[in-house]
Amino acid sequence: MIWVSQLINGVLLGGYYALLACGLSFMFGVMRIINLAHGDLAILAACVAFFMADSAGISPFVAFIGVLPLMAVVGWLLQRGMLERSLRAGILVPLLTTFGLAIVVENGLFEWLGADTRSLAPDIGDFAFDSWAVTGNIYIGWLAALIFAVAVALLGGLKLFLTHTSLGRAIRATAEDPDTAELVGINARSVYATAAAIAVATAGLAGIFLAMRETFTPYSGPTQLIFAFEAVVIGGIGSLSGTLIGGIVLGVAQTFGAQINPQGFLIAGHVVFLAVLAGRLVFAAVRTRGGFHGLFARRS
Amino acid sequence: MSKDSSFVVERWTRLSALSSAAAAVLLVVLALGPWLFAANVVDSFTTLFVYLILAVMWNALAGYAGLVSVGQQAFFGLGAYFAILLSYYGVEVYLALLFGAAIAGLLSVPVSLLMLRLRGGEFAIATWVVAELAHLLVALDPLINGETGVSLIALNAFDPDDRRAYNYWMALAAMVVLLALVFALLRGRVGASVQAIRDDEDAAESVGVGVLAGKRAIFFLAAFGCALAGTLWLATLISFQPQSYFGVQWTAYMIFMVLAGGLGTFEGPILGAVIFFLIEYFFGQTGVWYLAGLGAAAIVFALFLPRGLWGTIEDKLGIRLLPVGYRLRLLRPDMDTDVPGSPAQNAAVLPSQENAKAAIK
Repeated sequence: MIWVSQLINGVLLGGYYALLACGLSFMFGVMRIINLAHGDLAILAACVAFFMADSAGISPFVAFIGVLPLMAVVGWLLQRGMLERSLRAGILVPLLTTFGLAIVVENGLFEWLGADTRSLAPDIGDFAFDSWAVTGNIYIGWLAALIFAVAVALLGGLKLFLTHTSLGRAIRATAEDPDTAELVGINARSVYATAAAIAVATAGLAGIFLAMRETFTPYSGPTQLIFAFEAVVIGGIGSLSGTLIGGIVLGVAQTFGAQINPQGFLIAGHVVFLAVLAGRLVFAAVRTRGGFHGLFARRS
Repeated sequence: MSKDSSFVVERWTRLSALSSAAAAVLLVVLALGPWLFAANVVDSFTTLFVYLILAVMWNALAGYAGLVSVGQQAFFGLGAYFAILLSYYGVEVYLALLFGAAIAGLLSVPVSLLMLRLRGGEFAIATWVVAELAHLLVALDPLINGETGVSLIALNAFDPDDRRAYNYWMALAAMVVLLALVFALLRGRVGASVQAIRDDEDAAESVGVGVLAGKRAIFFLAAFGCALAGTLWLATLISFQPQSYFGVQWTAYMIFMVLAGGLGTFEGPILGAVIFFLIEYFFGQTGVWYLAGLGAAAIVFALFLPRGLWGTIEDKLGIRLLPVGYRLRLLRPDMDTDVPGSPAQNAAVLPSQENAKAAIK
């Protein structure tokens, strides 16, 4: 029975990872950038929401209204001020600059709010721990269910947005080939900036939910980045529905791992990620080079 | 290469011969360090040597092989861990430091099978995951006491002055050997092939460059070098806490040193390590502002000075202190052209072709 309960918890946790990974996957899909500051930007949003709750008593649910547009602006500025220039300089430079940004953000947050472990859970009252009792010992937390629902809605909404709106189609065209998109009258610069704004706003959304469901410090960002990336890779990079599946696989692996050992939560997640990566490479090698020996042979 | 008489290919210039000789003299002086310098100066030099090893290793990965690793702290930490393990099982402590690094280096071989199939950002984060996993697994070992850590007590058997001198010499020797290995690797076939891969992997492959072999060699060397830096760090610190050895801040330091000095230049990371050492010496006490400053500086260098300080000097003045590249001298006067390991930002056709040609020769 404990395993069924853990399975449900894992799936719901996967919803959070999908939410977190959504922006990372989207940015990679459109601009071919892996934003190494993604997790830190999520924590930035969490810190702003915490500051609003702490200093003005603003409910975190109200804080969304202020923080998400703010994060969108941050994303837009990030693209225009830094990523645009990085992209022109080659494939390695965006990695270096976003890593630099990550260090600036986390240490800046530390300077602002200090090293204390914080949480928004006290600010959302009963919602943080209330749950439905499905049977005698299986519970579904309200917050976890809400996050899962938001993740599904966001991923689905993003998919509809990309297929059914003209801006969405412009984003897809630019992702495919920015030069050709320019030829048919799309402003690739502003499309990129819009995509970055969306990606960073979703990171902010995930960050505030993270702060509601558990604790965070200014240095929580890198761990969140790794989780997001693992969800993206497990689900298949660039696929939004795959991201949800990847998040769920990661979440289930972690909750099962935690049953085995206190450290098992993290270890199981990393091991599943590496196993998926290895499995995919072996599969590709078997398919394209006709046998397992192809994996170790030099590419010719 | 071509036997066409309109140009000659040179590796040595008068300046590079002079500066190589100067480097040799400097080494002799440094080798006498423990007899010449005060105790705190000796310790400072040991720290500098460790930074220098890290910078040179990361530059070999990113600057030459185009592999941006965010996970070299995996080997830094594993080297120290294996050294503690070996010493615990009775291996003489300085040998344990060396063999610990060797074991961590060998462990990079199976890791590379998986990692080197990934490109760009995927490689960056996957190496980071490996480092996190190594951290978690090491902390599970009862010998390490979780995050509390453990000390390499065998080192306490040495007189502090002797230990200081031994650490210094070991760090100096490690630095010289690793620099020489990187130098030899880059001057040879592997160097040309990995640079061709960095500039354009598909083009390099199409003219027959062995893509994986070169990357593997560099990945192994960088893992071993970072592991050795980790054991040297352990030798100076004596205590081992998983959190600080497996921390991603090591990657931040490496990126800063390499970007400030000059990504993809041989001398750049050496300059970068000296700059980092000085910045840490003067601003290290300012805590997080200092770290934020390093991150900001890395962004500025990557965007506005992609060849770093040394690379910029080199490009402006056309000098090259160590003969790691090729120099194409046209026999008509005033037409000297440098064909170095090509600058990352102007991935021009000529350097790529030169690298590819040299690789398949």
